[in-house]
Amino acid sequence: MTIGGSDKLDLTHYIIFAIVKIALLLFILLTAVAYIVLMERKVIARMQNRWGPNRVGPFGLLQPLADGIKFILKEDIIPDNVYKPLYIAAPMIALILSLVSISLIPFGGDWKIAGYHIPLEATAFWNGAGIQDINIGLLIILGITSIGVYGVALSGWSSNSKYSLLGSLRAGAQLISYELALGLSLIGVLILAGSLSLRQIVDAQSGSILHWNFFGGFQFVAFFIYIMAAYAETNRIPFDLPEAETELVAGYHTEYSAMKFAMFFMAEYCNMVTVGCLATLLFFGGWHSPLDGLNIPVPGIWLLVSPLFWFFIKVFFFIFLYIWIRGTLPRFRYDQLMAFGWKFLLPLAIANIVVTSFVVALRS
Amino acid sequence: MLHTILFLIFAGICVAGALNFLLQHHPVNSALSLIVVMGALAALFLLLGAEFPAAVQVIVYAGAVMVLFVFVIMLLNAGVEEQTRGSRVASILGIPGLIVFFALMYWTLSAPRSQMASVHIGDYYVPTQALGIALFREFLLPFEVTSVLILIAIMGAVVLARRERH
Amino acid sequence: MIPLSWYLILGAILFAIGVASFLVKRNIITIFMSIELMLNAVNLTFVAFAAQWHQVSGQVFVFFVMVVAAAEAAVGLAIILAVFRSRETLNVDQVNLLKL
Repeated sequence: MTIGGSDKLDLTHYIIFAIVKIALLLFILLTAVAYIVLMERKVIARMQNRWGPNRVGPFGLLQPLADGIKFILKEDIIPDNVYKPLYIAAPMIALILSLVSISLIPFGGDWKIAGYHIPLEATAFWNGAGIQDINIGLLIILGITSIGVYGVALSGWSSNSKYSLLGSLRAGAQLISYELALGLSLIGVLILAGSLSLRQIVDAQSGSILHWNFFGGFQFVAFFIYIMAAYAETNRIPFDLPEAETELVAGYHTEYSAMKFAMFFMAEYCNMVTVGCLATLLFFGGWHSPLDGLNIPVPGIWLLVSPLFWFFIKVFFFIFLYIWIRGTLPRFRYDQLMAFGWKFLLPLAIANIVVTSFVVALRS
Repeated sequence: MLHTILFLIFAGICVAGALNFLLQHHPVNSALSLIVVMGALAALFLLLGAEFPAAVQVIVYAGAVMVLFVFVIMLLNAGVEEQTRGSRVASILGIPGLIVFFALMYWTLSAPRSQMASVHIGDYYVPTQALGIALFREFLLPFEVTSVLILIAIMGAVVLARRERH
Repeated sequence: MIPLSWYLILGAILFAIGVASFLVKRNIITIFMSIELMLNAVNLTFVAFAAQWHQVSGQVFVFFVMVVAAAEAAVGLAIILAVFRSRETLNVDQVNLLKL
């Protein structure tokens, strides 16, 4: 059946393609998360002048498999005094929300398979003349980040323990404070692109490397604000006070064991991947190659694969940056953290909006 | 057809969530059902072609205002509610009164009038640009006044929630 | 293809349930949340009429209602915190003396 209007959507085809793409994406994402954990342990180990896991399989490559088996077979302990519905639901909320945002990320143009145009994005379709994306894709990702606070807040409260409650209140306050800086830092990008759709933001950066928002768009201040706010949103060093082992025991996931703890863990790494994807889409030209404007002759098959290749390289670099910073910086104290978010990042983000809109208004 | 099914699903979720909000005894359960109601309302906004209000409903209402409520419930350790004499009086008098009130509204709204049309999906789709233009041209004064209002609210909340220094 | 009155009736139901919970509930925080429910019902009505009359000002007003509701929630919760600190209770029926 079709839905009319100016964008022709064939509903059955859309649903079938979307289900296939989502299944593929989930498989790739969950495997990637497992191997990012391994990569983190190895890279941090090398930075600390030791080996890291290298017993299970060559170079420790089967370590995620061993970890997965361990988590599944561990005894699932539910303490007596917890509020059971929320205790079980909170890690599920965290994991589900972090997996949903990957469905809005465009990985490239579209592929023509068996006469159908299939865009490389789980929630887009071909409307006869181009790829129709979700018009408010960026806002939906921000909304998912906002709802993700509940996973943290409810887990601490339902655990019915003072360490968990304090940890979750602190984590929740940190998350909602840095959401503001995160959202405001992206407005400079929106002013330059003129649209909230992720695909159109990337299309506005096509051309050469100088058209990317970080270089030609002069959004480097916004990029640094975004990176710092995103580190706070994903609870990574230097902002990982809520889950630091030396602080409130283990913060909001003190009372969690086995599979539920693994769900929080996976949610954190999925959020890291989403942050990396968003940073490449919004500031580094998405799937465009940095050698675009140079007119280098390439074989036709490379044009099909090149968007995915460059996207992967850029996201890999951002995840490596996450791990690098983890190995290098100490963590903020709580009052330093809140002061940094409210008194430094927020005014800087607003100044960035003012300057960007001024420049755009003068240019046109 | 699709419009009817989607509307009935999300309207059912709204009403079920609102009734659950009324019938639960613990404030946290009420807060969570209210979040579900807000989510379903965001979906209904999308059905009416209002994409930006739908996104703002999720980001601001369900993702910030309700987080504030949940925080305060957690901080103050609100327990299960007690049924006092006042609430029993309100139930006995109020609930039939509200059913009468609702029946009145239903009768008013479903009377056949020539102006009440039908809506289709995507009938009136407002792109965010149009909303922004309207906000900053015709509605500039209310926009600036609400920003001053938020500033006053921030200052008021900080002052009211401060501990007294003895 | 559904009549607009369905959206308005849904808004009326939500508003009625909000008023009912405002009257019946005894916890201050729940009473505040029922105010938010009533404001949400009003938002739905605004958007429904904006879709009917093809005017964007309905959706702009939704924006303002949300802003006012957020400001009111912030100040109201600060007042609740202050009341809790002095009365040690969240039950509305027990906050009935001007001075302790």
